Amino acid sequence: MFLLADNVWLDALLRMTIVAVLVPVGVILLTWVERKVIGRLQQRLGPMHVGPFGLLQGIADTIKLMTKEDVRPDSADRPTFELAVFVIVVPVFMAAVAIPFTADIFVRNMALGLFYFLAVSSLGIVGFVMAGWGSDNKYALLGGVRAGAQLISYEIPLILSAVAVAMLGQSLSLYTLVELQDNTPFIAYQPLAFVIFIIAGLAELYRQPFDIPVAESEVVGGPTVEYSGIRWSMFQMAEFVSLVLISALASLLFLGGWVWPFGADNATWLQVVLMVVKTSAFILFFMWMRVSVPRLRIDQLMALCWQILLPFAFLQIIINGLVLVYDWPSWTLTILSGAAAIAMGAIIYRVARRSGVLYQTSGAAEQVGLVL
Amino acid sequence: MTSEVFNVYIAVLIATIFGFVLVGSALIGNLILSPRQKSPHKGVTYECGMLPIGRSRAQVHFRYYLFAILFLIFDIEAVFLFPWAVSFVELGEQAFYEMLVFIGILAFGLLYAWKKGVLNWR
Repeated sequence: MFLLADNVWLDALLRMTIVAVLVPVGVILLTWVERKVIGRLQQRLGPMHVGPFGLLQGIADTIKLMTKEDVRPDSADRPTFELAVFVIVVPVFMAAVAIPFTADIFVRNMALGLFYFLAVSSLGIVGFVMAGWGSDNKYALLGGVRAGAQLISYEIPLILSAVAVAMLGQSLSLYTLVELQDNTPFIAYQPLAFVIFIIAGLAELYRQPFDIPVAESEVVGGPTVEYSGIRWSMFQMAEFVSLVLISALASLLFLGGWVWPFGADNATWLQVVLMVVKTSAFILFFMWMRVSVPRLRIDQLMALCWQILLPFAFLQIIINGLVLVYDWPSWTLTILSGAAAIAMGAIIYRVARRSGVLYQTSGAAEQVGLVL
Repeated sequence: MTSEVFNVYIAVLIATIFGFVLVGSALIGNLILSPRQKSPHKGVTYECGMLPIGRSRAQVHFRYYLFAILFLIFDIEAVFLFPWAVSFVELGEQAFYEMLVFIGILAFGLLYAWKKGVLNWR
């Protein structure tokens, strides 16, 4: 590892300064990207007026949010209300330490990076419950407990699919896990874990279709309902940074990060290009899901997690264990995990179809007289 | 080795401080830039334009606690899975079957909760 400065404290400080500068810039850019992408997907133009292609829209929004009056309910529990913002943003920063972006660009290369990332990134849940409780608002309280229930539930499939990858690589260091994928990315061996990771990751980001904690038409923004101006934008910032981090983690764990398909010792610029392409692909996928999939009801949401994703995540771990302990050839892993992934897809499809989530099925539609 | 570990967690400490500083400076910037006009109506919590009725810290349904307990069980299992996952190939067959028994017991617990209808959100 090369140091930016001789002193480790100064080195860490310099690296974190770069992260701390990149985060607000990245978030401002991502809000523009998200609005533009969603606009295009809905056959609108998205932001157009501020700057070329509306590029400066994010900066205009920031200025607006900075100069907005900070309104706080009189009856709010003040320490909880104020601290919640910190509790949500700080873990995101702490998690950013563990993610290596290329072989040379990272804050710290941790031996237990994967474990640390999963542990720290789940601290934000406490912030949501605090925000919900501290606001003294019925919508916020309901949104807060919903956020708690959803985020802790989906934490488990997320962790278990990460365990499956750790089993394959026999390591918890993200750096080592990526270096092992120079010929074949782990998605080829772990399609089931990949699908579970993406679904659970989407739920951890509480974006549509898993957005009941913050659903506007149900709990008018959930825990964030009483937060205004810059405080609200902190929630937004945490959401976008976690979006980037989860996307980066998915590309590190399953798509071979910076090594696949060009091998381990390619040039740094090529590694950066690879990571940017893979991470943006995941970010765009998450944005695409946001406009194309209808929101799940809370009972469907919990059933998907506990009755489908969790058993299949255990199945993936058992498959991995069998194949690795008895040293079966690696293609058996592909076949077994692929078959299980298809089975899971079929089960989700059947359940969704039977309960009428997939289409407004004719029976349900006729009952309410909504034949289109 | 110890200095290596120490080195990593210095960065974590600094990241934590940076998080607090970033949020704090945004809040202070807001304090300087924003207008302030006191009004008794601004302090009322939002309830779709109506005045809020009753206490907001209402009781929460019991099912949330059931899911929290289930989460605790499986989260602790995940903590045990991590060290096992990186070493079970070296330890061989026996370690694998021992973990299989452990997963089996918890899977049985999940099945029991499923049968009892805990997993159905009603």
